[in-house]
Amino acid sequence: MSIPASWFLVVGALLFGIGAYGVLTRRSALIMFMCIELMLNAVNLTFVTYAHALRDIGGQAAVFFVLVVAAAEVTVGLGIVVSVFRRRNSTSVDELSEMKG
Amino acid sequence: MASAALLIVLAPLVGFVVMLIMGRQVKEPTAGWIATTAVAVAFVASVVTFFALISRSQHEVTVNLFGWLDVGTLHVNAALLVDPLSMTMCLFVTGISALIHLYSIGYMHGERDFNKFFIYLNLFVFSMLVLVLANNLLLTFVGWEGVGVCSYWLVSYYFDKDSAASAGKKAFIYNRIGDVGLLIAMFLIFRTTGSLNYVAVFHHTGLFTSSVATITVLALLLAATGKSAQIPLFNWLPDAMEGPTPVSALIHAATMVTAGVYLLVRMSPVLALSSSGRMSIAVVGGVTAFVAATIATSQRDIKKVLAFSTVSQIGYMVMAVGAGAYAAAIFLMVCHAFYKALLFLGSGSVIHSLSGEQDIHLMGGLKKYLPLTFPTFLIGWLTISGVPPFAGFWSKADVLGSVYGFSKFLWVLGLITAVLTAYYMSRLFVVTFRGTERFREVTKGHDPHESPWIMTAPLVVLAALAVLGGVLDLPWIHHDSIAGFISGSVQPVAGVASISTSAQWVLAAVDLVAAVVGIAAAFTIWRQTSPWPSRYESSFLERVWLWDDAYDAVIGRPAEHAAAFTGEVIEPRVIDGAVIAVATSVRRSAEGTRKVQSGLLRQYALAIVMGMAVLVVYLLTRSW
Repeated sequence: MSIPASWFLVVGALLFGIGAYGVLTRRSALIMFMCIELMLNAVNLTFVTYAHALRDIGGQAAVFFVLVVAAAEVTVGLGIVVSVFRRRNSTSVDELSEMKG
Repeated sequence: MASAALLIVLAPLVGFVVMLIMGRQVKEPTAGWIATTAVAVAFVASVVTFFALISRSQHEVTVNLFGWLDVGTLHVNAALLVDPLSMTMCLFVTGISALIHLYSIGYMHGERDFNKFFIYLNLFVFSMLVLVLANNLLLTFVGWEGVGVCSYWLVSYYFDKDSAASAGKKAFIYNRIGDVGLLIAMFLIFRTTGSLNYVAVFHHTGLFTSSVATITVLALLLAATGKSAQIPLFNWLPDAMEGPTPVSALIHAATMVTAGVYLLVRMSPVLALSSSGRMSIAVVGGVTAFVAATIATSQRDIKKVLAFSTVSQIGYMVMAVGAGAYAAAIFLMVCHAFYKALLFLGSGSVIHSLSGEQDIHLMGGLKKYLPLTFPTFLIGWLTISGVPPFAGFWSKADVLGSVYGFSKFLWVLGLITAVLTAYYMSRLFVVTFRGTERFREVTKGHDPHESPWIMTAPLVVLAALAVLGGVLDLPWIHHDSIAGFISGSVQPVAGVASISTSAQWVLAAVDLVAAVVGIAAAFTIWRQTSPWPSRYESSFLERVWLWDDAYDAVIGRPAEHAAAFTGEVIEPRVIDGAVIAVATSVRRSAEGTRKVQSGLLRQYALAIVMGMAVLVVYLLTRSW
């Protein structure tokens, strides 16, 4: 028996909500990154679900793009986090507010 | 023939370019000789082209050089139109230019910018020849502007003198006002006929409606008043006397200032379309001739007398054009070039001998010190006064005879002008060369010295031309003379009454009487110069009928007030005010919005999430 598509969509929405909550509440840049990854993958899951349900390869193709962009984003982002940590011994984003207006 | 015609234009251009490249490497007299040679070559080429032209059956040859403009329906070639009119102009322009170049070598001796002077002079001759030889209005306009800018440079030649610098500006600006007229005429002609080529335009004169023709003629008249110093744009010419005297002789007497007359004669088929336009031309010319002659009677500066005399004589030419007597206008133009160049160069020789003094009150008795300048000036004086058998008599009689058949009023005005001309020239002559010596203070007791041969030789040649110039068009050889020669280039005006030969003789006799009256009056009044007969000089006339003051009051001062108003009120309040208001409002709003940028990453993330939530809600509600 196959699992209905709506279940996958619910899981995706839950994952996305958890990720968004994490981005909004956690201070550590590293954790925030992980939450963002969670959100991205929630979207990926939704894409794949629809691709399967609608028999449309486009959704799977979009997932590849998201994966590639996420990998690039993590590379750059972690590089920034590492250099920020070296300078300040902390990755708390609340302390990074020198650019405020 | 084509190559000879090309050489006329190219020779001065080559001279100009060579001197420009060599710069200060050429030492003083060499630059002058290069320039003189270039112009002399142009003169020889003109003579060759002239003989080639008269040996042909067809008297209108176009020499194509290159395609110049090709935009839409506008096709303009750089081409030379060799016809009787342009050749007549070329011959006297190059001939007199060559003589004046030669004279300048002596006159400009020791000047700081000797080379520069000859560079400008050659460029001027080139521009003038382009103006004259162009086969279309646009190329003529190039020459027209070229001579204008050379005139500006040469008037302001002593640019470290304030008066010279502003005189140059004045000349340039007055000319620009006239140029607007030429531009408007070009626009109208192109719109009507679809071409700027003279020959093509003249084939399509039937396309002109009478109102467009009149406006075109009036626009051409405006152009001519600017370049040829006619009312209302005549008062730049006397100021232009700030330039060196050879410049006054070449540009402001013999050649450039006659360009307006040339333009009108060249456009004769268009002029033929509008009788009211021609009437305006004749009236402007006649009134200018009279007004300038009255002003010349009271000037103290030897060159200013000659300047107003030039304005007056060109007035005669314009009047002749208006009367439809194109050949008479050109005849007077050529003769005037001879005797006015002679008089200017003679005055230059006088000024040279008195170390730069130009005030005739400080001259007198120069007859015995200037053995060559005196007799040549004498000839110039008799010629312009209209004494037979010199050139001035014949040309003036030709003009006045034609005007007599056109309008009796203008003829009377011309005759009064003739009396005044004889009077002011005799006054100038008597006060300068005869009477008591009043120059000792200027020369610090020394005797004035005659100029070197290089300056007197052109005087002698020009004097000979002034004597013999009349044979170009004696009344009884009218058809074998300049009049018959030019008739191929101009379109005669229908309906102008030609006067009988006997009437011509009577009119000539009247002219002679006018000349004698003027001369006699001057000799009676000015024989005695101590005390100075100052009641015969009017300050109203000396100040040019208050013409400059009127322009100052009507245009200058209101413009100054307007400028002050915009400078003190509009600029700080309106313009600066607007700028400052914009800057302030930007700063104020920026102060509010910068608080949004808190620098807290999670706040930004919250904003994104909220935005997304709004979007989702919007999309959901829309789909229902």
